[in-house]
Amino acid sequence: MRAVRLTVTAAATTAALTALSACTAKSEAKDGDTIQVTAADTTCETSATSVPAGHVTLAIENKGSKATEVEILFPDDRIVSEKENIGPGTKYTLTAEVKAGSYEIACRPGMKGHGIRQKLTVTGSGTPAKRDPRLDKAVAEYRQYVQDQADATLPLVKTFVKAVKAGDVDAAKKAYAPSRLGWERTEPVAESFGDIDPEVDIRKPDLEPGQKWTGWHRLEQALWEKKKIGADEKALAGQLLTDLKEWQERVGKAEITPTSMANGAKELLDEVATGKVTGEEEAYSHTDLVDFKGNVEGAQKAYELLKPVAAKNDPALAKELDKQFTALNTLLDKYRSDKDSYAFVSYDKVTGAQRKELSDAVNALAEPLSRLAATVAK
Amino acid sequence: MTQAQQTQQIRGGAPSRRALLGWGGAGLALGAAAAGGAVAVARTGDDTTPAAAGTGSAVEFHGTHQAGIATPVQDRLHFAAFDVKTDDRAEFVQLLKDWTEAARRMTAGKPVGEGAYGGLPEAPPDDTGEALGLKPSRLTLTIGFGPSLFDRFGLQDKRPEALAELPAFPGDNLHKARSGGDLCIQACADDPQVAVHAIRNLARIGFGKVAVRWSQLGFGKTSSTTPDAQTPRNLFGFKDGTRNIAGTEADRLKEHVWVGDGDGPDWMSAGSYLVARRIRMNIETWDRTSLQEQEDVFGRDKREGAPVGKAGEHDAPFLKAMKPTAHVRLAHPDANDGITILRRGYSFTDGTDGLGRLDAGLFFLAYQRDVRKGFIPLQRKLAAHDALNEYIQHVGSAVFAVPPGVRDSGDWWGRTLFSKEA
Repeated sequence: MRAVRLTVTAAATTAALTALSACTAKSEAKDGDTIQVTAADTTCETSATSVPAGHVTLAIENKGSKATEVEILFPDDRIVSEKENIGPGTKYTLTAEVKAGSYEIACRPGMKGHGIRQKLTVTGSGTPAKRDPRLDKAVAEYRQYVQDQADATLPLVKTFVKAVKAGDVDAAKKAYAPSRLGWERTEPVAESFGDIDPEVDIRKPDLEPGQKWTGWHRLEQALWEKKKIGADEKALAGQLLTDLKEWQERVGKAEITPTSMANGAKELLDEVATGKVTGEEEAYSHTDLVDFKGNVEGAQKAYELLKPVAAKNDPALAKELDKQFTALNTLLDKYRSDKDSYAFVSYDKVTGAQRKELSDAVNALAEPLSRLAATVAK
Repeated sequence: MTQAQQTQQIRGGAPSRRALLGWGGAGLALGAAAAGGAVAVARTGDDTTPAAAGTGSAVEFHGTHQAGIATPVQDRLHFAAFDVKTDDRAEFVQLLKDWTEAARRMTAGKPVGEGAYGGLPEAPPDDTGEALGLKPSRLTLTIGFGPSLFDRFGLQDKRPEALAELPAFPGDNLHKARSGGDLCIQACADDPQVAVHAIRNLARIGFGKVAVRWSQLGFGKTSSTTPDAQTPRNLFGFKDGTRNIAGTEADRLKEHVWVGDGDGPDWMSAGSYLVARRIRMNIETWDRTSLQEQEDVFGRDKREGAPVGKAGEHDAPFLKAMKPTAHVRLAHPDANDGITILRRGYSFTDGTDGLGRLDAGLFFLAYQRDVRKGFIPLQRKLAAHDALNEYIQHVGSAVFAVPPGVRDSGDWWGRTLFSKEA
């Protein structure tokens, strides 16, 4: 990360979300507002599919054999309210405040996966924001992508941490770049958790006076520059894993909107343009091209999900973005022998002229990508 | 931008550059403003009407020749050379059209596209905004095509012979990263921010199709194209180029600067050829040189700029009175069978060079009808004999074919080269 944080929750976020904060007057306060939710291992029954806007209560009973999780979800899969870890045979009452609109109730037996869903329509005062269902779908899928990346990252971080704790410099070096890839792919979302980001991804020049240097880059310095692992490094590796577990748990709740997705894609390219192209990000390991590729992949994922809408609103822009993503990926492929491998050329071996070429390709993509948010917001 | 939007922009908040021009610029600009008019017109080239100078006014973008050659030299420069990144001719032509439209707007003091504010909050604005509220500042934008461009898009047979690659001159120390380019844009203005804004916005429009290869900022024009103006001094403190061609000298321009019909390919008629050289000056050693030697090197006195043995700058020089290696003696048309170039150079200072030496010099820009008959023979002679060589080094170099002017609002930069029917 850079000292100046790129935030995913821009001003645009609030406009596109169905805000919860405004306290809606409860016009039809009845006992009947409570919805019975009966959760089991393969079913999720709800006693009502429609409810007046305002305070909504879910009376949950887990009749299954596994602990479950019950959520009220926005159409884009963002969580309105949730209760985790409802044990078999136990009950829980969940309350939420909802505006009129379409929602889903999800039960997740074993607290995993997509869950079993039921529709919930909230009626009454307050016009629900008109939303393009294709964009809701895009956000929901992107939310899943972000979660999948975090889930897939944890085992790779564990491998890295294990090597550090074992004092195995070579194994730790090998595991370093792969452990960062999922984070790099979803960096704008990851960075929206301002407390985790500086703990795990701060670079030495960005430290404030008195701030302790922790995270990946601190360990990177130890491995490549100092070439040794001490007690301090072992402790920091453990902390890195703890911090990233928290990221994994919280990342699904990030605020994501179609425009923040689009701008997040552009911000990933900004990360490349300011940190990777210069070689500042991985100053010791020179694995910048791995991060570079991860940033581009994350940006491309967001774009591909928004493309159905973007291509309809501005076909020329979509065509240009397809072209420039291809061009940049083709250029990046020159720096690895195997297209499926993330073993890239060490960035200190990349010449000035080659860096210029990479920078030109990034600009060629980032400039039209900066127009994606406006295009999907049309 | 619609008229209504423009009106609103003028009414709301800070006055636009266009508005400022309408209120304050027109009356100052030698009375050249048209009825109801916003834009004071500075003529280009063949026309002998004196041009507006120093008023912040706008220079007419359209004309037989491109503005920025014979039009009065402004105080500031941002020059950029680009590499072409696309192989798609249609895409490149579209860029030239988009650039022309942006140049048309910016030289008139208007923002690019739909402006710098008022659009969607989620999207970056079309215009970068740093020139809002500034006057047009006589901005001129001039495009040129480098020899390497003709290897693309099947243009080899259209490359003019007069666009010759420069030979290696003795003493050159050319940096590849500061040389060449498939095309260039010369932005001159009286306000550096206006010139930088123009290049920045054109570069932005061009991303993906072209990429900036190198660029140079300049200040303190070192040549004048207005004869009554004082000849500016270079960073050595000397007046040079006293006999430069003035924008009003139609005959000399025709003879030495503008490409004539039949000179080469038709598409270059009314165009010109540009040589750009980044000339580093050894400032510190020069400053330790005696006044006598300094004056001997140039062949002029430092106070008036008068040639050796004469009293005034514009007195006819007696070349034989100068040292055989004097710069003026070697460069003067009388010593070169009348070879004359139009100079438009600027001083530059890019801070210091890491050794504490001023990274400064002259960004030399010369326009001519044929590079083979202009810069090349002149520089050959200077590189071999000029006493100034002890204090300077050429470190960047490029040549460009500068096509004729954009005729009207339906025309675009490079049409004569790229249009099938041209």
